[in-house]
Amino acid sequence: MRALAPIAVVVALLAAVPLVTASNLVLNFLVVALLTALVGQGWNLLGGYGGQYSFGHAAFFGTGAYATAILQVRYGVNAWLGFAVGIAAGAAVGAIIGALSFRSGLKGSYFALVTLAFAEVLRIIASVAPITGAGVGTLIKLDLRPEALQFQSRVPFYWIILGLVAVSLVIMRMIEDSRFGAYLLALRENEDAAKALGVNTTLIKLGAMTVSAAIAAAGGCFYAQYFLFVDAGIAYGSWISIAALLAPIVGGAGTVFGPLLGALVVKTLGEATKLVAGDAPGLDLVIYGCVLILIVAFAPSGIAGLLRGAFQRFAAVKSLRPGQPHG
Amino acid sequence: MAEPLLRVDGVSKRFGGLLAVDNVSLDVQSGRITALIGPNGAGKTTLFAMISGFLTPSMGRIYHRGDDITGVPPYRLARRGITRTFQIVRPFAGLTVHENIAIGAHLSRRSRAAARDAAAQIAQLVGLVEMLDKPAASLTVAGRKRLELARALATEPAVLLLDEVLAGLNPTELAAMVPTIRAVTDRGITIVMIEHVMQAVMSLAQYVYVLAEGHILTEGSPQEVVGDARVIEAYLGRGAAARLNAVGAVHG
Repeated sequence: MRALAPIAVVVALLAAVPLVTASNLVLNFLVVALLTALVGQGWNLLGGYGGQYSFGHAAFFGTGAYATAILQVRYGVNAWLGFAVGIAAGAAVGAIIGALSFRSGLKGSYFALVTLAFAEVLRIIASVAPITGAGVGTLIKLDLRPEALQFQSRVPFYWIILGLVAVSLVIMRMIEDSRFGAYLLALRENEDAAKALGVNTTLIKLGAMTVSAAIAAAGGCFYAQYFLFVDAGIAYGSWISIAALLAPIVGGAGTVFGPLLGALVVKTLGEATKLVAGDAPGLDLVIYGCVLILIVAFAPSGIAGLLRGAFQRFAAVKSLRPGQPHG
Repeated sequence: MAEPLLRVDGVSKRFGGLLAVDNVSLDVQSGRITALIGPNGAGKTTLFAMISGFLTPSMGRIYHRGDDITGVPPYRLARRGITRTFQIVRPFAGLTVHENIAIGAHLSRRSRAAARDAAAQIAQLVGLVEMLDKPAASLTVAGRKRLELARALATEPAVLLLDEVLAGLNPTELAAMVPTIRAVTDRGITIVMIEHVMQAVMSLAQYVYVLAEGHILTEGSPQEVVGDARVIEAYLGRGAAARLNAVGAVHG
């Protein structure tokens, strides 16, 4: 269980924040950052560990969000149950898109384009279909009871999203320590070599995509409950697909803490931009773009990679210093 | 002779207008080293790709222990005990040597610890122990060839298809690698090897097939094959055998 200790420490620290401050501004910022981290965790499993770059995680996020909202509004289903069904629905969409693309051998940019296309198709359908409320969107009735998964204060929401992030961190750590995780890394590094060694690469990718979609869908379900409103542009919009890949790439793709780290950094930058430049539309996206270019050019393994590199250099310098026991 | 472990029966592979492999049949007997030699472009690697499931033959069948395995995907063949190495080495470059070998060992072991233990033992056999914690990308050419071999061995194969594991090695590395391959056969593993290094083929292989322009030119023991005029001509051009004999007569 030593492997889970860093996760426990980080989650405990974050869990203590509401005990220190009651500022809605801080909590709101952290909720959105953790939501980004959660969706980024989903992307990271498939993209960071598996090397399958999706540009369409909105497809899963949106399915989770709509399922949660529609089940409550149109079918009177309990919100908690709606949340669970939303996750399952997102996983199912992931499995279907995964089966279609991986069985036809789509890789690299082709896979990226197909996932983008699926998300766009879903967005267009959602913006005209009556069941989603079409262009008007779906509004969840205000019902501030824990049974309805709605709360007066932001604190319970904060703990719920933190709990979801914690679960995703533990899942990621367990996958890292499993044969499934080892196979996922192998097929990222070289798919033919993995096949020759007995890895059913299609099945492994499909499994990764399903879990990845389920995690992203959980983010969508949470979004619906937190903001109580979903429309096509929010649920299936490219903003969430971009956030899903930006956070892990900035933080460190293929690392457990990468998405969380990246989400906090990216959201802080976004807020800082707003402070400096006001609400100029799209300026935060310009900043994100610049950050992405800088990271890809100068720190391809993200902030986590930079930190590891710095730590190793520090350790190397320390061990070279004369008079040290192993120097 | 006993039923062959692998039987290739009238296999052809066509890429558009090019007939890369033309009606090739061969038998691989259990427990020995069968070599596949021939000039560049003879279709050796294409034939290997078909035996290992990476390509489906245009015609013909392939059998393993009597079962038809034509078109069976590579990962299933690996589970049957047939695995291959690649001529152009394909390390999992971002992973350590230890992890690379462990991927192979995972075929029969679910637990990470068990796979890593088995990988460490395989590293011992192929001489990669010192490199275990290094990234695979840091290996030399010789190291990468050993890694290809180690990963394949870790799957505990019955049949190992080696695609030019000796190519590109210097004489010292070559001399070190030949005993390693012999140690592999001592473990009861049947080897089929594509090889250009004739010296190694002569000392390792018990049976040789010569492939030229997509078809089997001749077959036999290494000694029989290298003395065959057709083989010399396939490598050196038409009339080369006669000229060599003439030169030999003058000097002899």
